[in-house]
Amino acid sequence: MKLEFMSGNMAIAEGAITAGMRFFAGYPITPASDIMEYLAEVLPEKGGLVVQYEDEIASINAALGASWAGVKSMTATSGPGFSLMVEALSLAAITETPVVVADIMRAGPSTGVPTKTSQSDVFQVRYAPHGEHLIPALAPWSVQEAYDLTIKAFNISELVRTPVILLSDAVVAHMWESAIIKDVNEVEIVNRKKPSTPPNEYMPYKPDEDLIPPMANFGEGYKVLVESLAHDERGYYRQSNDVYRKLIWRLINKVKRHIDKIYDYETYYLNNETEYLIISYGSTARSALAAVRDLRRKGVKVGMFRPKTLWPTKEEVIKEVTKDVKKVFVVENNTGKMVAEFERYIKKAEVVSIPILSLDIPTPEEILEVVSSWL
Amino acid sequence: MAVTSEASLRYSTHPLDKYLRADRLPHIWCSGCGIGVALGSILRAIDRRVREGSLDPSKVVFVTGIGCSARASFYVGFDSAHTIHGRAIAFASGAKLANPELQVMVVGGDGDIAGIGGNHLIHAARRNLDIIVFMITNFVYAMTGGQLAPTTPQGLYTTTTPHGNPERPLNVIKLVSALMPNYVARASITHPPLIEQYTYKALGMEGFRFIEIMSTCPEVFGRHAGYRDPVTLYNVLRSKVRVKQNPHVDESELSWESGIVLGEYLIRNEPGYVRKLKEVVR
Ligand SMILES: Cc1ncc(C[n+]2csc(CCOP(=O)(O)OP(=O)(O)O)c2C)c(N)n1
Ligand code: SF4
Repeated sequence: MKLEFMSGNMAIAEGAITAGMRFFAGYPITPASDIMEYLAEVLPEKGGLVVQYEDEIASINAALGASWAGVKSMTATSGPGFSLMVEALSLAAITETPVVVADIMRAGPSTGVPTKTSQSDVFQVRYAPHGEHLIPALAPWSVQEAYDLTIKAFNISELVRTPVILLSDAVVAHMWESAIIKDVNEVEIVNRKKPSTPPNEYMPYKPDEDLIPPMANFGEGYKVLVESLAHDERGYYRQSNDVYRKLIWRLINKVKRHIDKIYDYETYYLNNETEYLIISYGSTARSALAAVRDLRRKGVKVGMFRPKTLWPTKEEVIKEVTKDVKKVFVVENNTGKMVAEFERYIKKAEVVSIPILSLDIPTPEEILEVVSSWL
Repeated sequence: MAVTSEASLRYSTHPLDKYLRADRLPHIWCSGCGIGVALGSILRAIDRRVREGSLDPSKVVFVTGIGCSARASFYVGFDSAHTIHGRAIAFASGAKLANPELQVMVVGGDGDIAGIGGNHLIHAARRNLDIIVFMITNFVYAMTGGQLAPTTPQGLYTTTTPHGNPERPLNVIKLVSALMPNYVARASITHPPLIEQYTYKALGMEGFRFIEIMSTCPEVFGRHAGYRDPVTLYNVLRSKVRVKQNPHVDESELSWESGIVLGEYLIRNEPGYVRKLKEVVR
């Protein structure tokens, strides 16, 4: 364990190394490139490999191939590159391939303001890949959390056999803070479950009780079949409703079944006296917390809820933290997106969307001003 | 001549069954389709390597995208991946680089490999990436029902060029040769031993190895070109191809009109990408 002064992107790289990632495939894009640059420098020392591919499509597909060859893999990009990756994320979902994709959000649409921050990809990561899937996404708010959540992202991907999105932003990416970097033996590292059946009995998509099939890698003699078509437990294409329903619901339910390992959050000043709740995430939550402290100094009974996991939402948690409050303010650096997700579960309190578009981050003053007008 | 009894003609196994997921047969390819001939020849080359002890079948990985040709991956009894249209080479590269012990082979149609996947083809060849790519050229997008392919002869009717194809076909041999990978060859399903010979050779090499296989699609291309009968189409293709020893890349034009030259266009022995990587990062 050591304390290091580093940027959020360096923390993602370090987190990935701690988690055991040994194959990184990427294509340069601000504000994500320095993850690849940093890894290109240090990963070879760990026996790993960094390859700059011809585009983001190649990068994500190469990462999937590497994962099937038994090596933990990742790629990192920003909004435009993520858009190019979504077809392969869908492939990762149906083939149950562990992989981590870091999306360092910048201001869009399109080329937008490439060097500046935003939280406008929160729906893209959930809904852009076609077809049915439930791909988890985690959003760090600090350098330490960029490190910790990267490890968590790998652990989830290996445990549940799913792609996982690490949804950071330009501010978290490039701010410098001290972070505790751990040794492999000081942190829980999850590795994919291996088959216990002999190769001739192995079925690549036959789940255990926990809905997750053990995963054999290429080269181990299991005659693995990675199948993008809807398939039965052997991986054979089937065009039947029964097989299709069974597969799709298992893909969704295996994620839901492990929600306790996936869902993470933090609450601040939340007790049974709290009247107002601010919900905020990622870099914006830093300003939101400053605004909360300011309001509390003024005597307002306000608390804060900060989801670290943006997808999937754990419904019970949202219900629990909002059960006694009068009003909920959802503060985010976009035109109002995650608010729709929280609103689905908040039945009693009034929900107010506070979208503050800011190329830097919404300041505590900006947040204070809008929130105060609703008190 | 001994009279063969009917019973002895029936068989329940084929010599290549051990390399197939035989429980999935019969396959979906139409009768008269050339893809099966191509795959059979590839498997025979693998079998030769396995039998002589120079290839471990548990290290063979077939990666394909989407298309009729791409279905090859789910019939073979090796580790295999049937991925997404155009991205097989990218997926394959990750598998190979993550575990260089694997013998990674990509099979795809010309649309899959050189159309939508063209960018990956170019860069894998440029890197001399250690994989074998088989491109099965049937002059048309077959799986989706007969649309224009990058290899479609000029003037031909396809469902998306109903007034005739205005485009020049892509000479993939020339394109890939320009990138100087280790091996570039063109074979044809009308000459199965050639496919087998080239594959056998490629299996013994490192670096990027590209084998184009001219093929017949009686169902779709045949219909468009007026050769719906598989035997007729086979004979037409046979009349158009010509085998040449060490042909020059300038002879590689993909011309339905003036003929198609088969042969080994490029044979080099440069270090493959895996070896290059080891040289720079250690
Ligand atoms: C991204 C994407 N675009 C389009 C398709 C539809 N599609 C499936 S196969 C194919 C082309 C098939 O032609 P080719 O690759 O030459 O293979 P063939 O079927 O001729 O063997 C297309 C366009 C797809 N599956 N995915
Ligand atoms: S459509 Fe053409 S390429 Fe596809 S299986 Fe039939 S004959 Fe073969």
